[in-house]
Amino acid sequence: MTVEAKSVPVPVIVASEEMQAVRRRALRRQRLNRGMIYVVAIALAIWIILPIYLIGSMALSSPAGVRTYPKAIFPFTDISFDTMSFFLQSEGILPGVINSIVVALITLVLSTLIAAPAGYAISRYIFPGRDFYRLAILGVRAFPVIVLAVPLAVLFIRLGLFDQVHSVALMHTALTLPTTVLVIGSVFASIPYELEEAAMVHGATPLQAFRRVIVPLVLPGIAASAIFTFVMSWNEVFAASILTLENRTLPAQVLNALNKSSPEFQFAGGFFMLIPSLIFIFFIRRYLFNMWGQVTK
Amino acid sequence: MAEIVIENAVKKFGNFFAVNNVSLTINDQEFMVLLGPSGCGKTTLLRSIAGLGMLDSGRIMIGGRDVTYMPPRERNLAMVFQSYAIFPHMTVYDNVAFGLKMRKVDPTETKRRVQQAAELLHIEKMLDRYPSRMSGGQRQRVAVARAIAVQSEVLLMDEPLSNLDALLRLEMRAELKRLLAELKVTTIYVTHDQIEAMSMGDRIAVMRDGIIQQVDKPNAVYDTPADRFVGGFIGNPPMNFIEGQVSAQNGSVNVHIGDFAITPPEGIVPALKPFEGQSVIIGIRAENIETFTKPTDNAMKVQVLVVEPLGSQNLLTIKIGTSIVKVATHPDFPAAPDGDIWLRFPIDKVRWLHRDSQKALAPV
Ligand SMILES: Nc1ncnc2c1ncn2[C@@H]1O[C@H](COP(=O)(O)OP(=O)(O)OP(=O)(O)O)[C@@H](O)[C@H]1O
Ligand SMILES: [Mg+2]
Repeated sequence: MTVEAKSVPVPVIVASEEMQAVRRRALRRQRLNRGMIYVVAIALAIWIILPIYLIGSMALSSPAGVRTYPKAIFPFTDISFDTMSFFLQSEGILPGVINSIVVALITLVLSTLIAAPAGYAISRYIFPGRDFYRLAILGVRAFPVIVLAVPLAVLFIRLGLFDQVHSVALMHTALTLPTTVLVIGSVFASIPYELEEAAMVHGATPLQAFRRVIVPLVLPGIAASAIFTFVMSWNEVFAASILTLENRTLPAQVLNALNKSSPEFQFAGGFFMLIPSLIFIFFIRRYLFNMWGQVTK
Repeated sequence: MAEIVIENAVKKFGNFFAVNNVSLTINDQEFMVLLGPSGCGKTTLLRSIAGLGMLDSGRIMIGGRDVTYMPPRERNLAMVFQSYAIFPHMTVYDNVAFGLKMRKVDPTETKRRVQQAAELLHIEKMLDRYPSRMSGGQRQRVAVARAIAVQSEVLLMDEPLSNLDALLRLEMRAELKRLLAELKVTTIYVTHDQIEAMSMGDRIAVMRDGIIQQVDKPNAVYDTPADRFVGGFIGNPPMNFIEGQVSAQNGSVNVHIGDFAITPPEGIVPALKPFEGQSVIIGIRAENIETFTKPTDNAMKVQVLVVEPLGSQNLLTIKIGTSIVKVATHPDFPAAPDGDIWLRFPIDKVRWLHRDSQKALAPV
């Protein structure tokens, strides 16, 4: 141990060789650990990004470019929207987009309208059978969609609802409700009841307490869950294919046309359907992290 | 006028009595401190008064009105929550102004009162901040400011200063007390801090397991605890309790600790007499025990185990029979571990307690 005597009365501690070696080893281990995490994270990211990248690059090159082999290393060199416009102009695609949007919007509204009060009740009130109810909600998801869709198709035919966007929206509402109820329930649960109580003690009616305290706090979470519902409906294909013939939603239409279509149609279709999900993830990623109890700003 | 009368209040959670038949009257403008160990039901009682969670039985009156079944907003009170419960989506200003807005106080008056409350709690520079960007102690002060800004007749505070540093707490304590007296508020104040309880309370209610054990002025609770629990809970160090045998010979009653005999004062003799041949508990505070370095009349010889210098006094630990006894002495008193000293119990400072019920024997 060498301690230098200095005129300034600041204690300067010079660590011994041995301590410095220990410290270096600790630092190296820390760096190694961090390095490993990065390696894993990058591997996972590539796993997900690569297909998206390939689809995107194909969709944004000319139809001729899609078919050439071998590919250029940087496919974006000849960006062209021909493939996309070819896809969008194909038969049934534009009506499909409109149907999809209508279905998704109806689903979003219905699902949120039903799930908001249900989620509130689940998180706030203790009522007989609450736990059973919570499980039962998930029950819908316990059956494969096909199992639900076929009897529903029969029922809808009988009711004269078959092959209509409304019926698809109803089905999608049923499919998205479990998730929506639980997500909105957890949003409500994350808000301490004492906030409502504090509002009421300080002169608010229950309704005022709800409107002034709870609503502003849950709104972002409910918005995120609504977007989530929208995307789930947008991407859903099985039920939509079974319940419609003429009035197909976009995924059903694309699926239907898939085996008789060219590669550029497939790439463009895939890419087009991906976009809403990507935008959605981008906007709600903070809430997703939030739901897992980790707030990242 | 806002006298609070609680009559036979019971609040159960399942089969558990969180508040067990509590009756308590808090006079108009009184500052009542509710003191008790964690989990004894202080918060539950306070919430019942506020109207959060209905009583299982009993009645609550505020200012002569029966409020038992009224919603919180009609009870005209304000409350500081133990968890603060300040609104995260509102600025400090809006938080403090919340009660005033709900009561439709006009804007200029609202502004004045928010300013006043904020200044008192030293948060006037943070009025446009959001709570998420404040420290725990600052949030707590926002919660207190929100409650006092309302200037309601009744103020319920659940450990409102618990998260402040010692110095700030000392200052807040005095200012809060002064302001509340000025506003003529009836206050119930929950705390764990005995010094806070002793210094702020007009009266202290000591609670345990959902039951109020004693309600009295701070000095009375300190000097004449109603039972062993109160004596042990209040005061630092806790009151000493020593077992003694009662004997009666030729009409004179004595209490023996080993070979040593104490002659109780006249007033308590009739109460002690029935316990002849049995034991009672003697309670005495550390600072009331007299210490001597030499044999003295009516003093018992004991051996010192530990000496703890605390600055203003020395705290001695002594074993009498099977009981550990703490004795406070002047710092200059010469006591050393393993050394002998002599103790005398001034009989007017002694509490006499029943051995089984552990309640104080009343002078008959
Ligand atoms: N909602 C509830 N459900 C069940 N039991 C409860 C509930 N709230 C409180 N209790 C129980 O009631 C008892 C009293 O709780 P309370 O919160 O009133 O204690 P406290 O005196 O305020 O304690 P502390 O000083 O720790 O705040 C505790 O044993 C607690 O476990
Ligand atoms: Mg409490």
